[in-house]
Amino acid sequence: MARTALRRLLPHPALTLILILVWAILNSSLSLGTIVFGAILGILIPQATVAYWPDVPRGIRFGKLVSYTLLVIWDILVANVQVAWIVMTKTNAKMKSTWVNIPLDIKTPEAITMLAGTITLTPGTVSADLSDEGHCLLVHALDADDADAVRDDIKQRYEARLKEIFE
Amino acid sequence: MTGFADILIGLSLLIGALFTFVGSFGLLKLDMPMKRLHGPTKAGTLGIGALLMAAMIDSFLSGHGTIQHILIMAFLFVTAPISALFIAKVHIHTGTCQKPPQPSEDSQWATKAVVDTQET
Repeated sequence: MARTALRRLLPHPALTLILILVWAILNSSLSLGTIVFGAILGILIPQATVAYWPDVPRGIRFGKLVSYTLLVIWDILVANVQVAWIVMTKTNAKMKSTWVNIPLDIKTPEAITMLAGTITLTPGTVSADLSDEGHCLLVHALDADDADAVRDDIKQRYEARLKEIFE
Repeated sequence: MTGFADILIGLSLLIGALFTFVGSFGLLKLDMPMKRLHGPTKAGTLGIGALLMAAMIDSFLSGHGTIQHILIMAFLFVTAPISALFIAKVHIHTGTCQKPPQPSEDSQWATKAVVDTQET
């Protein structure tokens, strides 16, 4: 009984914590007033949005999430330089842009969202669509000689790690 | 010490400006709509990231340092893929790009599936 009441008050506990943190950073202060108002926002906003996000993700490994974030930031840096080089030096006719079809092993919506976001943020690839039942991801690559190599790279580098984090 | 930080700020500004420029240049140069989508992703990640890094170092030097800039970066990183996804969906709808291959599992891509149900 107490558990369901707590569930109703805080449908997404992690979201509540993040909202308090964001509010504190926005105000650049850690005073009691900031924390209290942040907590009010942190209780009201998840309740207002829970209808659109009914399932609470469970068992997320935060340590691995941090190392994943660092890996993605590093990849963004490297890929930025690579793609800048491609854009500046290659002619349009020489660029082999293709669609890449990625069959997904991950099933939770949160993990798929993270994967699609990661693919778009790393320059050179943009995630464009999901299949109607959610088992495949459509990715557009700017310059890829081998679509299968791009698929395997994304699966090994990002999807395998996200599977460990979320499932 | 201040000299070193100033050099760091200058370098960040230069890197940010360079990648924002390459992003805009890519938007002009690339010929196909789906290829063009790749240009702004650079300006949106490393371009903005480096400029905000410069702003953050500067705010710490001038005495009232904040890490609000990290929030700007976080919000950009969360929202930028959504707009890119929607532009890509529009291209798939209107057929202004190469036809995407069939998904290896399931029957159809989600964007196309909506069109099919409306037509029948």
